Amino acid sequence: MSIVHAVFAPGFFSNGPVQAALVMGAVVAAVCAPVGVLAVLRGQSFAGHAFADITSTGGSAAVLLGISPVLGFAASAAAGAASMEGLGARQHGDRDLVTGTVLGGALGLSALLLYLSTTRQGTSGATVSVLFGSVFAVSSANWPWVAALGLPALALVAAAYRPLLLSSVSPELAAARGVRSHLVGAMYLAALAASVALAALTIGAVLSTALLVGPAAAALGLSSRPGRAMAWAGAIGVTSVWAGIVLAYDSYSWPPAGRGWPVSFFVVALVMAFYAASRAGAHRHGRSPAGKAA
Amino acid sequence: MPKPPTPLPATSSGTASSGTASSGTGSPEDASSGVGAGTRPTQPAQRPRVLSVEDLGVRLGGRQVLSDVSFHLCEGEVAGLIGSNGAGKTTLLRAVLGLTPVSSGRVSVAGGRGRHQAVGYVPQKVVLDADLPVRARDLVQLGQDGHRWGLPLPSAAKRAATEELLAGVGALHLADARVGQLSGGELQRVLVAHALAGRPRLLLLDEPLANLDLHSARDTVALLDCIARQQGIAVLMSTHDVNPLLGVMDRVVYLAGGRAATGSTDDVVRSDVLSSLYGHHVDVLHAHGRVIVSVGDDSHSDDGCDAVPASAGVLVGGPVHRGAGAR
Repeated sequence: MSIVHAVFAPGFFSNGPVQAALVMGAVVAAVCAPVGVLAVLRGQSFAGHAFADITSTGGSAAVLLGISPVLGFAASAAAGAASMEGLGARQHGDRDLVTGTVLGGALGLSALLLYLSTTRQGTSGATVSVLFGSVFAVSSANWPWVAALGLPALALVAAAYRPLLLSSVSPELAAARGVRSHLVGAMYLAALAASVALAALTIGAVLSTALLVGPAAAALGLSSRPGRAMAWAGAIGVTSVWAGIVLAYDSYSWPPAGRGWPVSFFVVALVMAFYAASRAGAHRHGRSPAGKAA
Repeated sequence: MPKPPTPLPATSSGTASSGTASSGTGSPEDASSGVGAGTRPTQPAQRPRVLSVEDLGVRLGGRQVLSDVSFHLCEGEVAGLIGSNGAGKTTLLRAVLGLTPVSSGRVSVAGGRGRHQAVGYVPQKVVLDADLPVRARDLVQLGQDGHRWGLPLPSAAKRAATEELLAGVGALHLADARVGQLSGGELQRVLVAHALAGRPRLLLLDEPLANLDLHSARDTVALLDCIARQQGIAVLMSTHDVNPLLGVMDRVVYLAGGRAATGSTDDVVRSDVLSSLYGHHVDVLHAHGRVIVSVGDDSHSDDGCDAVPASAGVLVGGPVHRGAGAR
């Protein structure tokens, strides 16, 4: 029992915010898994990162307006997706360029908005909470938003699963099979935007890519099957979030201040650790051409 | 609809010295029609047409890439689409696929189902990450249902069909390998299985022999020949080096300068026909059972984007002996 107590500090399981965070974090990590795997396969993890920066703008604006940050996250991610789509980044080369352009402006704007919030309203915590988040601070009032973002994201990815997979293997093969790549791409972009908004809610806007892409990148080496890679990504994401919450709860007794370390730090550190371990494992075993890995 | 042997079109570039040279001129066995009669004496003529290309013209970015290209393919025929880099081979294939808009003429593919169902395609370059979590069997299954909405449900029938397709290309042992870790030849086979998964009547392959060693190239050609004969699928493959196709081609579509000469190997790969196509003298040399086409000064042949050096380009070999096109 002493080991259990050493890992889970007293009160962990009876703490309301902790329980809410465990559920919320797991749901968000589960949504991010399939979307993230497809982002990696489609070479759109950079677009995911851009959404992260754009959502920071929306979150900052929401704080300044005094509304829930998740509203800002969702609205700005949607606007970002629409503008990326609208700017007509049809070709891969263009896509990165357009994404990069939108991204720079968004970050600059969020710097201004956060400055205004801090100076006018004295909400000094806004910068940290918007950019780096805290799953403990997510109120249960956000549940409808989590459902409104997560369910459509999963539905879109499920609906376009096969065309998405085929076009991520080869856009040309998909086109030859009659896949309407523009429609499918737009559907995916919407799912990606929604997932980033969710991740931003959980671990902050700037770190949201880590939860989206990190578990996915780690999972690629663990299975040669797309569905199982997504399941692995989900398992890694949920584990990272949960373990991060445990560590953050423990850290209230840690130096320097005894006020707890940022939970987002633990989550992202664990995701990175999973990624490093997966790479190292893949490297050591070599990649068997027969794809023996489950 | 019987068509006369495809004449060389008089093109906008006007470089053809003669508009009269045709694939069948003076060739008795081709006098009947262009329906492959001259090349497959054992199976005369009457197989149904799968692909008809009539006076096809394609403009891309203000440039006339193809002009007046006409040919057709019947069930079970193998055709080589020959031409140097920039001659318009990929454009022609994409026009047949319906991926590149046609600016004049028409392309029709038999079968009431849509173009995407009736045509299988193996693109030239499929670059895959080594850790892509997609196995050969996944890719082949996506050939069956990759265009459909919704999640794939586990299906014993689909699984069996996938394995049959893989076995058909001699790649069943690769079923569980990641596609990104296959060799060029292995991936080629899996892509062929993917393309066949839609049960097409026409199979298009863009430079399937590029980047393959001699042995793999020979295997691939034998495989495609076998697919055409056994399944009655028309096969059209592009290549800049025709040598590996010798002995299996029923038909040659020879592209140069955006125009085409079409017919049997013997009828097209001739000095007079190719000279007319290129618009200047072309030597067709016979050596050791191969034909070497020596394109001399081709500085004005391919809209300036031809990679063949101006001094001499050895483009194509073809069988000299009669009946080389028949198996």
